[in-house]
Amino acid sequence: MRITQGTFSYLPDLTDEEIKAQLQYAIDRGWAVAVEFTDDPHPRNNLWEMWGLPMFDIADAAAGLAEIRACREAYPHRYVRVSAYDASYGRQTTALSFIVHRPPDEPGFRLDRQEASDRRTRYTLTPYAARQPHGRRYGEPPA
Amino acid sequence: MAKDRWNAGVIPYAEMGYYQPDYQPLQTDILAAFRVTPQPGVPPEEAGAAVAGESSTATWTVVWTDRLTAYEHYQAKCYRVLPAPGRDNEYIAYVAYDIDLFEEGSIPNLTSSIIGNVFGFKALKALRLEDLRIPLAYTKTFQGPPHGIVTEREYLDKYGRPLLGATTKPKLGLSARNYGRVVYEALRGGLDFTKDDENINSQPFMRWRDRYLFVMEAVNRAAEQTGEIKGHYLNVTAATMEDMYERAEFAKELGSVVVMVDLTVGYTALHSMSNWARANGMLLHLHRAGHSTYTRQKTHGVSFRVIAKWCRLLGVDHIHAGTVVGKLEGDPSTTRGYYDTCRLANVPAAPSRGLYFDQDWGSMPGVMPVASGGIHAGQMHQLLHYLGEDVILQFGGGTIGHPMGVAAGATANRVAVEAMIKARNEGRDYLAEGPEILDKAARHCAPLQAALDTWGDISFDYESTDTPDAVATPVR
Repeated sequence: MRITQGTFSYLPDLTDEEIKAQLQYAIDRGWAVAVEFTDDPHPRNNLWEMWGLPMFDIADAAAGLAEIRACREAYPHRYVRVSAYDASYGRQTTALSFIVHRPPDEPGFRLDRQEASDRRTRYTLTPYAARQPHGRRYGEPPA
Repeated sequence: MAKDRWNAGVIPYAEMGYYQPDYQPLQTDILAAFRVTPQPGVPPEEAGAAVAGESSTATWTVVWTDRLTAYEHYQAKCYRVLPAPGRDNEYIAYVAYDIDLFEEGSIPNLTSSIIGNVFGFKALKALRLEDLRIPLAYTKTFQGPPHGIVTEREYLDKYGRPLLGATTKPKLGLSARNYGRVVYEALRGGLDFTKDDENINSQPFMRWRDRYLFVMEAVNRAAEQTGEIKGHYLNVTAATMEDMYERAEFAKELGSVVVMVDLTVGYTALHSMSNWARANGMLLHLHRAGHSTYTRQKTHGVSFRVIAKWCRLLGVDHIHAGTVVGKLEGDPSTTRGYYDTCRLANVPAAPSRGLYFDQDWGSMPGVMPVASGGIHAGQMHQLLHYLGEDVILQFGGGTIGHPMGVAAGATANRVAVEAMIKARNEGRDYLAEGPEILDKAARHCAPLQAALDTWGDISFDYESTDTPDAVATPVR
């Protein structure tokens, strides 16, 4: 299963050169670039861990790519995404966000149904990996 | 003013104070631009004054009871009448209304005045409300969209690209179980939303409750398959508010992120659903069913840009606003004017886009425009060019009619939009290179190749009936 969150998940994984071009697009617009990682890809988990602070005054895309590479190296068994943030008045929100690294195997999600009265069903989505504690998911060896 | 102003009988509206060419509009005035086609023998200024009069305090004859009021305050003033460029016997009459004429936060009250009686006035052959300037003081009496573009994107966790949708087809006749199948295939294939059609309410072939149950199974199964938040616009349109609330509550109970309502329910019902949606964390999708009956013809009716303003004020999160390239009416410049009206905080007057006034929305959130009707993946570069990024591109036939199936149709659309955004961000001239960008993306996506092979050269090239005066208008 391939999680298709983010702006470019239906394309082949972006190469580092392609990632750099997207970073440059963000930098040219004055957007801050942030690298984030997680082993809880539930679609409502907006709190991916921050790989340092967002880079507000980044000079060029190479610096951003260096952070992405460092994060991938530190967390090869987790999802890594890069987000560009538009702080301008009236937006003040993420402008672009795409996955730049995935764990080696993506088992996906389990859908639980709680059957209630009158044919109603309550649904709950859980990543299979979430049966393990943080830091032990997706084949990540104990620290 | 004539000294016999108060003699009983009939005198021209212009002489009753409804035409004031030296009037300086106040910042708090509601301003209207009407396209007026007078009957033979009616001077344009008198026609403009009649519009001002009949849409505010006047009746057909002098009434002494005006003198019990500060009538000059309550009279609307036609302050400018200009010939419409390039048009025969058509004039743009500008009318100013004092803010006191309108109940705070009430679109029905505003519309009952401004488009109430006056459109049937015999002295006019035709009348069209082209645009309204809503002053910030009046805007602030409305809360606007329950969520708006920014909050919707944060809620859905989807950024940096147009959202994708599809209307379930066939529009009518599917059983609830089959309907759920179409929804599931479209969402798992890559769309963000699917949609009930405007005329899907609760018919004998599929009652609303059955539809909601099967649809929500489909939505949740698609979320499981993709790890994304998915939605289906469950249409709550019904005969009464009680029915609509019942359906909306059930949609909420089942965990839907969005409900939908048709414009045919009326402004009061829309505003009530807006309040309900805000209170219940539910996105509100508006289908503009019926609007073309009064928005499409250039000389009579109400421009859609005005309808869009009313809907942004009373508050919807999505509104259908045209595709430019699809099967339904939509001149590019006029459509751009609608999109600006929905999305921008400050909309500058732009005659070439049909915008007659500067419009300051203050901090009111933007409404996500929806492009729906006869669009397909092969037009992705044009869609992005004309409509931008904050839009929902809704491919009904262009998803469900795909030769490899519904999910493949959805995938083709998703790959096309992602490839086009990627190319744009890389600095490519994506409008010119669009077909090439799509062909390259299709090399790793067979469904996109099939979509391009099937629909690649389908277009709907008909002249628009509703264009700005600044642009040449075809003959009706």
